Amino acid sequence: MNQHLIQASYVAATALFILALHWMNDPKTARRGVISGVIGMTLAVLATWLLPDFIVHHVWIALAVAVGFGLGVPLSQVPLTAVPQRTALSHAFGGLAAALVGTAEFFLWLQGHQAEMTTFHVSALLIEVLLGGLTFTGSIMAALKLIGVSWIPQRPVTYPLQNFSNLALLILAVVLGVLLVLDPTQAAAPWIFGGILVLALAFGVLLIIPIGGADMPTVISILNSYAGLSAVAMGFVLNNKLLITAGALDGSSGLILSVVMCKAMNRSFTNVLFGAFGQVQAAAASGEQKSYKAETAEGAAQLLEQASLVVIVPGYGMAVSQAQHKVRELYDLLTKKGVTVKFAIHPVAGRMPGHMNVLLAEAEIPYDALVEMDEINPDLPQCDVVLVVGANDVVNPAARTDKGSPIYGMPIIEAEKARTVLAIKRSKNPGFAGIDNELYFLDKTWMLFGDAKAVVGELVKQLSGSAGH
Amino acid sequence: MEFWSLVFVFMLATFIGVGVVSRVSRLLHTPLMSLTNAISAIAVVGAILTTGADENPLGIRILGAVALAASMTNIVSGFLITDRMLKMFKEKREPSK
Repeated sequence: MNQHLIQASYVAATALFILALHWMNDPKTARRGVISGVIGMTLAVLATWLLPDFIVHHVWIALAVAVGFGLGVPLSQVPLTAVPQRTALSHAFGGLAAALVGTAEFFLWLQGHQAEMTTFHVSALLIEVLLGGLTFTGSIMAALKLIGVSWIPQRPVTYPLQNFSNLALLILAVVLGVLLVLDPTQAAAPWIFGGILVLALAFGVLLIIPIGGADMPTVISILNSYAGLSAVAMGFVLNNKLLITAGALDGSSGLILSVVMCKAMNRSFTNVLFGAFGQVQAAAASGEQKSYKAETAEGAAQLLEQASLVVIVPGYGMAVSQAQHKVRELYDLLTKKGVTVKFAIHPVAGRMPGHMNVLLAEAEIPYDALVEMDEINPDLPQCDVVLVVGANDVVNPAARTDKGSPIYGMPIIEAEKARTVLAIKRSKNPGFAGIDNELYFLDKTWMLFGDAKAVVGELVKQLSGSAGH
Repeated sequence: MEFWSLVFVFMLATFIGVGVVSRVSRLLHTPLMSLTNAISAIAVVGAILTTGADENPLGIRILGAVALAASMTNIVSGFLITDRMLKMFKEKREPSK
């Protein structure tokens, strides 16, 4: 009887998870999706915890659940600019859980259930531990890079034979795996298993070291996919279909996001993972000196005021300087003066998929003002002023014109087609990828140098001042 | 044979996942990721079994308990932050502002 109840709960949980994702297709129904997910998860947890007779260590479970709440609640209250690192951290937790359960299961088999150690079971378990382990350390590295701790270099780290040595490590892990699968009860089994685990952990670190900030949206998506797949592998190990379905939903979601991110950068998976973006360009920088034209906040405010359509292009710089609330004030003032203001959102703007949308939504900008790149581009020739707030590569026309540029072929927001361009930039140095941006040297472009928040604040002051006249 | 029925389920679930997720609004990609994060913390099921089973020795249960705490963290923070973000997506500004 209990078996049936458990399975029925799992079926219901799967349906609720699918509905949860389905309702995310529209911001109006999305919160229903969360409720559906919570009910599904509660069902799954309760059915697993309370129904089987062999679950007896309730205090242990309750304590671990309490710790989860203790950590989870504060982690959900981080400022929204910190969402990318929170996401990376939660991928790490997911990977950790998979690796630990896999390890526990392996030794449980070894100590008394050797009949369980079929080729299929051991293979699935090794995949679980490999994926879990590399997701754990890889995501920790990604989180540390996103937080910006000083002892982890922000720039991609490369060294000779990097891809070769990574590949060699992976092959070594696979060879060890095959050895273990062939004879899972051999005397050296714990050592071989330990070796695979260590290799998986090392591999996660090595995979993220050469990856730069601009690639983070793709990498976070790939890690998201791995975390899901490690749950799938756990499902194969435990013969549990709920783990497989829920893991597969997460795995395919991560996959789709990775594909969207890769397309938005015109790059392939392998190129992101093994390409070490940001390394090549250093050599390509030409010696030619070009000069910027700077504009004052006063002049820029006048330009904005006289426009009928203003398109704001936000980027990671807006997140860094927390400028989104000032941007909202600017949006309000301009809208009040009858100017139409739209936001052009590049899929890879920021450090994770959808990063800009969340920041702007937090600043209470209605989401119908947030327009995707493909939809806004046709409108840009009619646009009076494009205001670039902390974005760089996503508006670099070199992606369309310069075959030698490392970002050539990447779809961009075609800011250069607008009548006037105002670009806020922290310093006169090139952007993250180290590439010069032609946009800044055009005749129609005026630069506003300074911290994004300070500059937008200055614009707001100018505009609200002139409203009083 | 057990193996093939599991592969079947995996294949179907992947297609459903791809179908459903590819229709998710691009506006919501960040909350989507935190939601799927919470859902993939379904590893909690394996962790509960490892932590709570009668026959499991102490060392195994400790591994299970850590895994359980990690999964539970993802579940709690994943759902909470998803809801917190989704609350902010408004079509029109509230009149009180």
